[in-house]
Amino acid sequence: MSKQRKAVALISGGLDSLLAVRVMQEQGIYVEGINFFTGFCVEGHTHAIRKKDRNKPKRNNALWCAEQLGIKLHILDIIEEYKQVLFNPRYGYGANLNPCLDCKIFMVKKAKEWMEAHDFDLIITGEVIGQRPMSQRKDTMPVVQRDSGVTDRLLRPLCARNLPETLPEREGWVKRDGLYDFSGRTRKPQMALAKKFGFEDYAQPAGGCCFLTDKQYAVKLTDLWQSRGAREYELDDIMLLKVGRHIRPAPNYKLIVAREEGEGKFLQGYKRQYPQLRVISHGGPLTLVDGKLSADDLQLAARIVARYCQGKMEPEVEMEYIDTSGHVQPMKVVPLGPMDVKPEWML
Amino acid sequence: MPVIRVQDKVLQMHSGDVLEAVCTDPGALNDIPAWSRINGHEVLETRSEDDLYYVVVRIGDG
Repeated sequence: MSKQRKAVALISGGLDSLLAVRVMQEQGIYVEGINFFTGFCVEGHTHAIRKKDRNKPKRNNALWCAEQLGIKLHILDIIEEYKQVLFNPRYGYGANLNPCLDCKIFMVKKAKEWMEAHDFDLIITGEVIGQRPMSQRKDTMPVVQRDSGVTDRLLRPLCARNLPETLPEREGWVKRDGLYDFSGRTRKPQMALAKKFGFEDYAQPAGGCCFLTDKQYAVKLTDLWQSRGAREYELDDIMLLKVGRHIRPAPNYKLIVAREEGEGKFLQGYKRQYPQLRVISHGGPLTLVDGKLSADDLQLAARIVARYCQGKMEPEVEMEYIDTSGHVQPMKVVPLGPMDVKPEWML
Repeated sequence: MPVIRVQDKVLQMHSGDVLEAVCTDPGALNDIPAWSRINGHEVLETRSEDDLYYVVVRIGDG
């Protein structure tokens, strides 16, 4: 009896990785999944759910996929290691701060380490040639294999027939004619395959899985680095960039203004790390202050926040500035006029 | 991410042990049970109170 071959799959939570695993299962391969948590993952962001997103399933799609497939999923925290990928990408960034090719190399390399540590035989991904402009091109896919060190133990079931034979095919662990030849940005072949496998509900195949591909997010991250004079961050920094309206009226401080209740609750969790501005006399957003304020800065900051409260047209609004030790400073301010909030303050 | 914290904690526990996760992230109510099911653990309770989310898990053999 031949040995049961085992594959570790990179699971993002999208349709492609779901299908890639099922293709392998159809060929009798035992599969377990790996999902990487960089801190920039869209999938992991369920903290501050906004009203516009409340109809979306409040779930981590990587876990959901694993459950649909009946496989184990290992979520690996790579927040610290990932910093070097982001700070020094050998192959550069995409349209924003997304180091997609370096990211893929790093993740495949981590998967290789996991594969070897757990006595698995191969790695699979849901990559499709031509689907992504950096990491999923015919000329960059071999770079991933080479730089990660995985060589021909990396199998891409959805486009394998467009690529040279891999070890699992040569050794007969999988049949090449049971693999696919998808290419390009069209999603129709994937949707047809999903239908064939009976998958009706899956993560919508649009948009990225990483906030680093988002233009506004990249602007905020760049601002964070500029304000600190160094390219550094902690997890809380990058989580906060996903939430609220970010306003920098001066280089020495930034305001993070909740846009609605869900975000306010999330920001409330940072009250011991950041001072807050609260509107007392009217309904208004919770605001965190990142930076050190002079007395004049505090006045301006309070007036900006008052601009976003229900009393923005009133002659005066009562507020509180609460420092991280809980000390409360009452304030009365005139809300800024609509033309006084400068566009260049908005990140 | 709560599910990573739970995953790491479970590695230090034994079959039959019970873990209560107290989370601020509402996604935990879906993610921890999903993670538990695929890894062979039993979810005993999920509830939310005062903006906190509780998931109680009995560790399985996996």
